[in-house]
Amino acid sequence: MNKWENNRAWLLTIPVLIIVAFSAIIPLMTVVNYSVQDIFGPGQRIFVGTEMFRSVLHDYRLRDALWRQFLFSGLVLLIEMPLGVLIALAMPKKGWSVSLALVVLALPLLIPWNTIGTIWMIFTRPDIGLFGATINNVLGIPFDHTASPIDAWITLMLMEVWHWTPLVALLAYAGLRAIPDVYYQAAKIDGASPWATFRYIQLPKMRGVLTIALLLRFMDSFLIYAEPFVLTGGGPGNSTTFLSIYLVKLAVGQFDLGTAAAFSLIYFLIVEVLCFLFYQALQNVGKGANP
Amino acid sequence: MARIEFDDVAHSYLRNPQKETDYAIKTIRNVWDDGGAYALLGPSGCGKTTLLNIISGLLTPTKGRVLYNGIDVTALPPEKRNIAQVFQFPVLYDTMTVYENLAFPLQNRRMGKIEIDQRVHEVAEILDLTAFLKHKAAGLAADAKQKISLGRGLVRSDVAAILFDEPLTVIDPHLKWHLRRKLKEIHEQLKLTLIYVTHDQMEALTFAEKVVIMYEGEIVQTGTPEELFENPEHKFVGFFIGSPGMNFLRCRLDGNVVYVDGERIKLEAKTADAAQKALGALELGIRPKYLEVSSTPVENGLAAIVKNIEDLGSYKIVTILFNDKTLYARLPEDIPAAKGKAWVVFPPQKIKLYSDGRLLK
Repeated sequence: MNKWENNRAWLLTIPVLIIVAFSAIIPLMTVVNYSVQDIFGPGQRIFVGTEMFRSVLHDYRLRDALWRQFLFSGLVLLIEMPLGVLIALAMPKKGWSVSLALVVLALPLLIPWNTIGTIWMIFTRPDIGLFGATINNVLGIPFDHTASPIDAWITLMLMEVWHWTPLVALLAYAGLRAIPDVYYQAAKIDGASPWATFRYIQLPKMRGVLTIALLLRFMDSFLIYAEPFVLTGGGPGNSTTFLSIYLVKLAVGQFDLGTAAAFSLIYFLIVEVLCFLFYQALQNVGKGANP
Repeated sequence: MARIEFDDVAHSYLRNPQKETDYAIKTIRNVWDDGGAYALLGPSGCGKTTLLNIISGLLTPTKGRVLYNGIDVTALPPEKRNIAQVFQFPVLYDTMTVYENLAFPLQNRRMGKIEIDQRVHEVAEILDLTAFLKHKAAGLAADAKQKISLGRGLVRSDVAAILFDEPLTVIDPHLKWHLRRKLKEIHEQLKLTLIYVTHDQMEALTFAEKVVIMYEGEIVQTGTPEELFENPEHKFVGFFIGSPGMNFLRCRLDGNVVYVDGERIKLEAKTADAAQKALGALELGIRPKYLEVSSTPVENGLAAIVKNIEDLGSYKIVTILFNDKTLYARLPEDIPAAKGKAWVVFPPQKIKLYSDGRLLK
């Protein structure tokens, strides 16, 4: 049989190439461009090589933001993953209550992100917020997220957990529902305890969805911007200034585009590398090569 | 090990079963003897799996009692009944090794480490799994996985019975035969009560000492493969066992003779006597193997037309048109057959009479 020599079919990929070019490649290359030049104005620029990157890496404020970011993402994963799985295990399995539980659970996911920040800002205000006022005036515990870094972190974590645990729970629930009944029957016949059933059937069978949940939650929490920006604006002091908030301060606030560009590229690389590592690690869990 | 008894067990998946058709299992009274190898055979949807789940305790029947060695276990959950079940698809604990899989039921029952180790090695030996003990169970082939499922039942030396729910569905044909023999060996070695659900008659007939035929939620006959073939007690058994199934013709009884559309067929005296009091519509049944076909007129031969001949190598299936009704005959290779006019003989000693689907005897 003759091979088809006409390669014009490749032309059909042009629309996609154009879209990807304008939505990803060109903006990214612009950032690369900014990161290696110092631009003063139109026509006035100097090629500076890796200078921007070096200065970014030596910026202690950036390093603080980075550790803050790791702490935040770590706490988010430590709380949301187990909590999401617990919620999924406790959810009803049939009947009308399933739909109810799903809708209630999905509600926080449907709210725009900066609205969430606003909701929690009002909710936790010490003077008029339901939560803030109750804690301060009824329980008598001083709590103010605009004044105390600890309180700001507690508020942020509460908001984050409220906002995103449902995603983990929904994914875990889908994973649980996909386990065929015979596994539970076999476990019953083998006399497995509820814990053993969870450990040896449910958890391994949820590995796929939990990998996705972990990756999504890591990425989103590592890139978080809108909610803390609205809630605390990075304060008090710099205590909730995460990488993206600091980045926006650099780029928009100080109009330091070169440094901000170098910073973005490093930020991008960190997320990419960590996601890759997580994915690889989870793929290997429980697989264990046969000798 | 146990003798399992069904005391008028009936089951419905509906909340308020009213009529008989609401029941997936219609009142069954049956005994599975200790140490017997039973096959539960029937078409898809006849209630085989439901029956199996009632035995294992995964389902509690709507009515009736289940007895193990005379003790009522109807309300007991599966883990209390000490039963093992092998499912259609291999059910394994993926993250565990083969060894851990086999040890799991014993660990759950808090058995000592040394004892577990000994049992696991014994069972692995029986199932030819010793070489795989340290492997992850997830990476093995389907037949090995199914052996592990079986092994999880065998490790418990006091297991009441092992139930199989079409366990060979996902196994390659050439391995099916091997696994079936393995099961038979295990049965002879350990004398366990085995109940094996299948819709494949070959599987049932080669595996079991006794075959239980189910049809629409009822047990219609229990017997050895030979009994099922020679004396089907229900029309369904005649039709389901044997390939092709039994031929049935509507008929009218008159003394020692039946008439099929005016054609006269002689019966044995005892067959005719048993049928005299029958009330329902009568049907004559005969196995294809016992129909005699000749291309020349013979004594007692009835005129018919041979429509088709399928030569299967060791025998021939002949399709016959007899008074506009289709009959099948199974002829040995050495008997010549040709399309066209033919004469069929119904040997009286092989004719069965059925009324409302049930054998008259």
